Amino acid sequence: MTVESTAARKPRRSSTKRVSAKKPQRSEPELVQLLTPEGERIEHPDYSIDLTPDELLGLYRDMVLTRRFDAEATALQRQGELGLWASLLGQEAAQIGSGRALRDDDYVFPTYREHGVAWCRGVDPTNLLGMFRGVNHGGWDPNTNNFHLYTIVIGSQTLHATGYAMGVAKDGADSAVVAYFGDGASSQGDVAESFTFSAVYNAPVVFFCQNNQWAISEPTERQTRVPLYQRAQGFGFPGVRVDGNDVLACLAVTRDALERARRGEGPTLVEAFTYRMGAHTTSDDPTKYRADEEREAWEAKDPILRLRTYLEKQGFADAAFFDGLEAESESLGKRVREAVRAMPDPDQMAIFENVYADGHALVDEERAQFAAYQASFAEEGK
Amino acid sequence: MAVQKLPLAKAINESLRTALDTDPKVLIMGEDVGKLGGVFRVTDGLQKDFGEERVIDTPLAESGIVGTAIGLALRGYRPVVEIQFDGFVFPAYDQIVTQLAKMHARSLGKIKMPVVIRIPYGGGIGAVEHHSESPEALFAHVAGLKIVSPSNSSDAYWMMQQAIQSDDPVIFFEPKRRYWDKSEVDTEAIPGPLHKARVVREGADLTLAAYGPMVKVCVEAAAAAAEEGKSVEVVDLRSMSPIDFDTIQTSVEKTRHLVVVHEAPVFYGSGAEIAARITERCFYHLEAPVLRVGGFHAPYPPARLEEEYLPGLDRVLDAVDRSLAY
Repeated sequence: MTVESTAARKPRRSSTKRVSAKKPQRSEPELVQLLTPEGERIEHPDYSIDLTPDELLGLYRDMVLTRRFDAEATALQRQGELGLWASLLGQEAAQIGSGRALRDDDYVFPTYREHGVAWCRGVDPTNLLGMFRGVNHGGWDPNTNNFHLYTIVIGSQTLHATGYAMGVAKDGADSAVVAYFGDGASSQGDVAESFTFSAVYNAPVVFFCQNNQWAISEPTERQTRVPLYQRAQGFGFPGVRVDGNDVLACLAVTRDALERARRGEGPTLVEAFTYRMGAHTTSDDPTKYRADEEREAWEAKDPILRLRTYLEKQGFADAAFFDGLEAESESLGKRVREAVRAMPDPDQMAIFENVYADGHALVDEERAQFAAYQASFAEEGK
Repeated sequence: MAVQKLPLAKAINESLRTALDTDPKVLIMGEDVGKLGGVFRVTDGLQKDFGEERVIDTPLAESGIVGTAIGLALRGYRPVVEIQFDGFVFPAYDQIVTQLAKMHARSLGKIKMPVVIRIPYGGGIGAVEHHSESPEALFAHVAGLKIVSPSNSSDAYWMMQQAIQSDDPVIFFEPKRRYWDKSEVDTEAIPGPLHKARVVREGADLTLAAYGPMVKVCVEAAAAAAEEGKSVEVVDLRSMSPIDFDTIQTSVEKTRHLVVVHEAPVFYGSGAEIAARITERCFYHLEAPVLRVGGFHAPYPPARLEEEYLPGLDRVLDAVDRSLAY
C-alpha cells in the first residue's frame, strides 16, 4: 500500500481514532542509567544497586581483562593465528553487567560475541578461540559452565533458550535462562517466535539484546521503526532499555529481570543500548559505511573509563590496584597468545567423529574408506 | 493383549502412549496435538491422560516448535514433535538442518539431541496444495539426521519406540495414506534394528526396493507380476538414512535387477543414491541399469492429477518389464 492510499483512507476514520493515530515521538526514550559517562553515580526510581568497593573493583577487573583478551584475539587474527575474530570492544559493560547478574544454575545462550559473558561464566578464554582458529566448532562443554556453544546463525539460539526455560519451569526449578542477541537478530523470525513461545508458556527467560547500533553495515533503523525494547509490549511482557555502557545499570536491570523469571513472572526483554566500537569482525571495514564522528561520540561514553573515574573519585582504587591489574592483563594476554599458538590441528579422522551419538553405517563406511586411502600413501612411502 | 490388529495411526498413538508412560522425560509437541489429538488423531487422547505439561499444544510456528524442542532436549527432555503436514516443515528447515543435525558434532559429542520429528507425508488422499509432498531426500542429505518411514502398523509401533530411545535426532515420516490400513502389532515382540531393511516378499527375477507408502504398491505389483510368471522380490527399506545397502545388495546379487520406487521426485531422490551405490557394489551382477519410479520434476499436482503423478501399479510393472527386457 502506498503512502497516498493510506492517507486517502484516513477521513473515513472517526476523529478520536485520528488523534490516537498521531505519529510517535521521534525523541529517543530514556535509558536506565546508574553511572553517567562522566563517572557520576546517579539514582533511578525503579532500579537500585548497592555494591561494596570490592564488588565494584571486581566488575572493573572483569571489564579490563575482557577487553585485554579481546585485543589479544584481534592481534592474533592479524598475525594469522586466528582465521577470524568478532571483537566485543565497547560492549564490556553490557556483557559483564548482565553476566555477573547470573547464578551458577542459570543457563546462557550466547551469540558469537559474548566473550565477556563467557568470562563471567568461568569459561577459559582460550577455549573461545578454537572455533576462530579453525580447530573445532566450540571447544567447551556447555554443561560445565551452563554456557551454550556460540551460535553463529543469527537469532536461532533465542528459541533454544526459550525451550530450555520451558524445561526449567517443567522441572519446578527457580533457575533462569538468558538469551543474548543483537539488533540485527531482532528482525529474525526465530526471535519473534521465541517471544511468542516464551510469553504464552510464561518461560523464565531474559532476552538480552545488545543493540550495538550496527548489524555489519546496516544501522538499527534498517531493522526497526520503534525502539527495540518496545517490541516486548506487543508480546505481552515488559521491555526495558538500559545504558549498555553502564555496568551498574546492566547488572541492576538484568538482576531484576532474572528475579522476575525466578518468581514465575515470565520473560523480560532488556535492550542494552551500546556501540560496537570495532568492526563487525576482523574481515569487516566500517570506514565504508559509518562516520568517524559517531565512533568518537561513543568513545566519550566508554564503559571502562567511567567506572575508573568513579572508583578514583571515591578513593576505592589506588595506583597499586591499577598497576596490579595492568600486570594481570599482560599475563592474560601472554597466556592466551601461547595457548593459541600451541593449539594442535585436529586429527584428520576427527571429521568422522560425533556425527551421530548412536553411529551411522554410512559414516562408518566413509571413515574406513578414508583411512584406507590415507594409509595408501604410507604404503607408497615405504 | 500383546497382539492386536491396529490401523497404522493407532499403532503410532499406542507407541507414543507407551513412551509417555515409561519415560517421564518424553514430551509431545505440535499444533493441535492436544485436545484435538492432531489433525489425523495420531495423538488422540494423550493430553487427556498425560496432561498439558507433557502433551503440548504449541503456537502455530514450526521453527519455534523445533527450536524450543532443541532447548528442551538440552534440558534433558525427549521431545516428539509433530509437523502437521509435509509441506509445512520448511519454516523449521533451518532449525533442523543448521541446529538440530549439527549439535552433537559441534559439541564434540557433549550434547545429545534425542528429538523425534513426526511428519505425515506423501500423497494419495486428495488433499490441497502442500499437503502431499515427500521431502525425505531434503533431510537425508544432511549428516546428523536419521530418517525412517514405516510401511505397516508393527513397524510404526516399534520404529517409534526406537526413534524415541535414540540419542540422535530422527525424522519419522508417516505415510499418511496408510494411516487407516490395519495390520498386526505385537507390543511384546523383540524388534529388529531400526535401520535394517526387510525382505517382505521373496522373489528370484527382480528386486523392488521401496519404503513407506510405496511398499504396499510394490507388494501388489509383485503379486501381479507373479501372474505373468515373473518372480519379484520386495525390500522394505524402512530407513532412508542410513540405508541398509547390504540387504539390497544381497537381494540384487540374487535377482540381478533392481527397481527403486518412491513418491518423491526421482531427480536427486533416494533412488538415485541407491542406484549409484548398488551399481558400485553389484556391477558384475546387474543385468540391467537400476531403474527408478517416482514423482516428476514438477510441483505436486492438484489432487485430480495425483494418480498420474504418483507411482501406481502400472508404472511399477512397466519398470519391471523394462528392466527384465533390457
